[in-house]
Amino acid sequence: MSVRTPLARARGLGAAHGGTHHWWTQRATAVVMVPLVLWFAFSLAALGPADHATASAWLAHPVNAVLALVLIAAMFHHLHLGLQVVIEDYVHSRWVKFATLILQKFITIIFGFGAAFAVLKIALS
Amino acid sequence: MSERSRPLSPHLQVYSFQWPMLLSITHRFTGVGLAGGAIVLVWWLIALAIGPEYFAFAQTILGSWIGRLLLLGWTWATFYHLCNGIRHLCWDAGWGFEIRTAWTTGMIVVVVSVLLTVAAWMVAYAARGG
Repeated sequence: MSVRTPLARARGLGAAHGGTHHWWTQRATAVVMVPLVLWFAFSLAALGPADHATASAWLAHPVNAVLALVLIAAMFHHLHLGLQVVIEDYVHSRWVKFATLILQKFITIIFGFGAAFAVLKIALS
Repeated sequence: MSERSRPLSPHLQVYSFQWPMLLSITHRFTGVGLAGGAIVLVWWLIALAIGPEYFAFAQTILGSWIGRLLLLGWTWATFYHLCNGIRHLCWDAGWGFEIRTAWTTGMIVVVVSVLLTVAAWMVAYAARGG
């Protein structure tokens, strides 16, 4: 016998009140990053100790700029989800956990937008 | 809601050491470390956006021995997290749970991550020389 209401059973979300969205998003961003990270890591390695003109010319190329923006979006979304799980696992005090999660979200968003803005500024100037 | 410490189930101390558990926690360590690396990446991109003078300064910092040591660590962390991430995706698809397979794939992850790190740094030093 179930004590759940019919509506709760139809939603099928259980005690967590959430579905598999977090899990799926972490996987989707991981899959998209496999080729992007390989491309980006070896591109940066090839740039090596490049000067400003060389590095910005590379990043300003439309293909590189778009791929870099997609990578930044996937990377910051993925690291946000990952750090969230780490905090949930190790921070047990309710309010400290809440504050850390919100702070982590804000910091991730600021750095993510910072990265995207830098790429756009270089690409569009 | 009041907070009280509840009894916890036995954790790491009751298990004998096995390589896959080191690989598992390394995935998490490299993940957190790469989040730190992402901050440096943002700094590098902002430096590039600011202009030649500041970018040269950033390149000098990253090119110093401590900068290169950190970059080497982040390179390996990147490739380890990437390779082991693929291993995780295989598990998600239901493949590779047999103990022998899990050991083998773990070994492959370590070897490939080291090879990719060496390859990336060979590219970097070729660029430096050229």
